[in-house]
Amino acid sequence: MGSSRSRMDDIPHAQQLIHETDFSAAHLLRLHQRFKLLDKYQTGELRPRDFGAIPALALNPIGDRIIGAFFSPGQETLDFPSFVRILAHFRPTDPNRSRDGTQQELANSRTRKLKFAFQLYDQDGDGKISRAELLQVLRAMLETQVVEEQLQSIAERAIQEADLDKDDAISFDEFRRSLEKVNIDHKMSIRFLK
Amino acid sequence: MEDVWSVAVSVFQVWMFVVVFLIMLPAMFGLSLGVTGVYIQVLVKILKWATVRIQRGREEQPSVPVPLPNGIIEREGGSMEEEMTLTQRHSGSDIAGAEFSLSDALYFYKKGLESIADDQVTQRFSSEELASWNLLTRTNQNFHYISLRLTVIWGLGVFVRYGILFPFRITLAIIGLSWLIIGTTLIGYLPESSVKTWLSELIHLTCYRICARGLSATINYHHRENKPQKGGICVANHTTPIDIVILANDGCYAMVGQIHGGLMGVMQKSMVRSCPHVWFERSEMKDRHTVTSRLRDHVAAKTKLPILIFPEGTCINNTSVMMFKKGSFEIGGTIHPVTIKYDPRFGDAFWNSGKYNMVSYLLRMMTSWAIVVNVWYLPPMTIQDGEDAAQFANRVKSAIAQQGGLLDLDWDGGLKRGKVKDSLKEEQQKKYSSFITGHNNRDTED
Repeated sequence: MGSSRSRMDDIPHAQQLIHETDFSAAHLLRLHQRFKLLDKYQTGELRPRDFGAIPALALNPIGDRIIGAFFSPGQETLDFPSFVRILAHFRPTDPNRSRDGTQQELANSRTRKLKFAFQLYDQDGDGKISRAELLQVLRAMLETQVVEEQLQSIAERAIQEADLDKDDAISFDEFRRSLEKVNIDHKMSIRFLK
Repeated sequence: MEDVWSVAVSVFQVWMFVVVFLIMLPAMFGLSLGVTGVYIQVLVKILKWATVRIQRGREEQPSVPVPLPNGIIEREGGSMEEEMTLTQRHSGSDIAGAEFSLSDALYFYKKGLESIADDQVTQRFSSEELASWNLLTRTNQNFHYISLRLTVIWGLGVFVRYGILFPFRITLAIIGLSWLIIGTTLIGYLPESSVKTWLSELIHLTCYRICARGLSATINYHHRENKPQKGGICVANHTTPIDIVILANDGCYAMVGQIHGGLMGVMQKSMVRSCPHVWFERSEMKDRHTVTSRLRDHVAAKTKLPILIFPEGTCINNTSVMMFKKGSFEIGGTIHPVTIKYDPRFGDAFWNSGKYNMVSYLLRMMTSWAIVVNVWYLPPMTIQDGEDAAQFANRVKSAIAQQGGLLDLDWDGGLKRGKVKDSLKEEQQKKYSSFITGHNNRDTED
């Protein structure tokens, strides 16, 4: 087939997904197409190696972590609804929704985005970013370019700045506070075309 | 019984008459009876009508989504430096101390998610999306029943393509190829002379023209004054093996490639008897020096036909041009760039070698509407002083991409099958670290 298109009937639980994630039907169809393109052998599910085949992701220093964000621990396959739900975190926050107070539940609210970013660092999921975990991310981003001592001092500084209760780790609240002035919506949003 | 037999015989006679006199002979002399031209015009009208009809149908059924021509997401945001500096200014803390920020990782995170949603490379290895359905089942999107007339036309199309056009095309292809093999073998017995060269060119041209008719190909050549000359190297973007037929319709080239077995091997062996093509054993292909020196010898003998090379190394889907391998540009000699652009409305020419083997690909080609190509011959280029082969390759690639309206990508076509080189990841890390340590240096100077 040429580029195989998707139909709404091909997508399981389409209406529910649209309601949950606030993607439009057109977006959902496009994402489904993308899902099928990445699913090289048409298994219906994605595996880490399917993501690894995207060149731009393979050269991303934290590419492996990003792939990891899609798969819960122990999970080896990803179905389409989960794929969409995770991408939904990166939808731009809709300012009009903040009035009705249900914003906290939306996938793309600021808190949820921050939580998502927090999980990037906090790999063992214990609710705190330890020094070791911070070092891991730094190492991924800088690898061969800086020496170990420099990495340590950068990590040290970052912890000192953010760690307010001095327990040598960064909790989610401390993380949130240190990123207070950062425009999270801009940094963690992808604009999907209509 | 005898009646049936005699009817069959006369049908066959008519058939062969049509094929030989209306198609083969004109092909030999490079003439055209204009039938294909009329066919294409009729097709264009039908497709235009179909497009309008589909658009109207879409407006009536709003749940059917419109295809997005430029990708799913809008990439905004500047370079790494711009994005990260934005953070520093916002945080407002003493800049001299703020080197690494926890939000730096978000930049990579976002870039990563963007590439998952839509990237520039993965889509190049599958067929191009069409803006509107061209009445072929294979490019069908959301086959919603839009109107009876559309479906009827589609049905007619299926009948015409499979029932009428396909048998013609197969016959022509078989004739063309066998003529090539037999003709070149016969000529091979002649001693080297100008007559032999002339005959060889005639045979090659005729056979390629017959093959082109076998695909209902309409080729528009532009700027023929820039046609590749003897002793030069012709370089083109690669979409399908049919590229060779397209180019060889207008001139004779020396092909370069690996020796295959089977039918291809027979063709290769006989072709090389009548004029010098450059075929390599599989083992030789791995040794770059052997390849380069043989090509260099060929080019140095200024009387030999121009070499035809596809520097991308693999088939790309004709929406972009990917990295040119610099090996072809190290041979020396004049490079004659050529751009080949297929019109996707009439058939999808891209060979997705992972999905289809050669035979099924050719069958698909023969059951498309037609193949309409534009070929632009670009002015010759040579390597400049102070330029290395890689830069030269990029320059040629940009020229080709620009002429054809194709996207100029730096990604390696080899990514179709292979992995990204680690060195590219290191480059990203280098950029980031220079950003951080750049800040560090500013600290120490204060």
